[in-house]
Amino acid sequence: MNQQALPLFEIFIRSKRGLDHRHVGSLHAEDCEQALEYARDVYLRRSEGVSIWVVCSSDITASQESDVASFYDPMDDKPYRHATHYKLPKEVDNM
Amino acid sequence: MTENTAQTDLQLDNFEEKVANDQRIEPKDWMPDAFRKTVLRQMSQHAHSEVIGMQPEGNWITRAPTLYRKVVLLAKIQDEGGHGLYLYSAAETLGCSREEMVQALHDGKAKYASIFNYPSLTWADIGMIGWLVDGAAIVNQVSLQRTSYGPYSRAMIRICKEESFHQRQGYEATMVLARGSAEQKAMAQDALNRWWWPSLMMFGPHDSDSAHSGQSMKWKLKRESNDVLRQRFVDQTVPQAEFIGLKIPDKNLKWNEERGQYDFGTINWDEFMQVVSGNGPCNRQRLQHHIQAQQDGQWVRDAMHAYELKRQTREVA
Repeated sequence: MNQQALPLFEIFIRSKRGLDHRHVGSLHAEDCEQALEYARDVYLRRSEGVSIWVVCSSDITASQESDVASFYDPMDDKPYRHATHYKLPKEVDNM
Repeated sequence: MTENTAQTDLQLDNFEEKVANDQRIEPKDWMPDAFRKTVLRQMSQHAHSEVIGMQPEGNWITRAPTLYRKVVLLAKIQDEGGHGLYLYSAAETLGCSREEMVQALHDGKAKYASIFNYPSLTWADIGMIGWLVDGAAIVNQVSLQRTSYGPYSRAMIRICKEESFHQRQGYEATMVLARGSAEQKAMAQDALNRWWWPSLMMFGPHDSDSAHSGQSMKWKLKRESNDVLRQRFVDQTVPQAEFIGLKIPDKNLKWNEERGQYDFGTINWDEFMQVVSGNGPCNRQRLQHHIQAQQDGQWVRDAMHAYELKRQTREVA
């Protein structure tokens, strides 16, 4: 018997046409095709979606919040990127 | 009837039913070729507009009047570059590569919004671009959030969210000028005089003369007509101009009590056609600059690719 763990797949579901696929969880499977079938069984038993993406977890490169402060730092000191930063008189504020 | 055409009829019914029920069409769905072509043309035009639109604003980065205005302008231009990326990616879902789209732009086969063929002559123009050009773009883009092609609609939602600061910073910058010295106010008025009519042209020809409008409305790629959107822009912008004491350069502009909307003068469509067909003040310059930037950046892409190859060889070894 093959004792090697099956590869892990990340599952994304599009709940409705027009919406983005969203991550819903992960599962083990032999390959993409099988992962797709498992995902249908696990995540779509109650019409939760119209489309599934499966991605091998090892193909995902992820950043870590703690990785590099400079990756995220600059966001906080640039309030001018937000519409609310610009104070307009109330007569024209519905812009 | 052959089996093939029966199949296509069924697919077409299915497609039309989705559109009729306000469902979005997604990349892997069957769609008529003409739909694919139209949405691709529209997304490519829109993407190119975001990117070319960085040029008239980029012209003022080094000459922004204060450090504050400079960082705001940089942040805004950075957004526009990102918006180009969202739209190119949306277009790529239909199997057209970025390289093909850029090549079509360089060959003059793909268009971009003709407003960016006007020069940004003074600092006040930067305010006008935010207030009027982005303002007009937002009116159009808010409507396009409900466009029938899924990836395009999602790109529009993201873009609208980010774009809201663009118009406000433009209006605020204009307000400062309009309330400043006589010279500053005159500069703002001069910029308004030059940007008003091209902004109205951004919505495209009148509904009765618009080549692609009818079919696009039927497919719900366009949700509202050129004239409806243009009117909305005029109605929202005129009070904003009045509030800061600037005068819209249109002697026929008048509130129409009966319609509850502004009447406005005739747009110079000859000028529009001239600019669209390549004879605006900056058409050649804009395209040349884009080609130059593409060429100047080639060594960076080459270097990154060479590094990647080297890295892969090391991994194998």
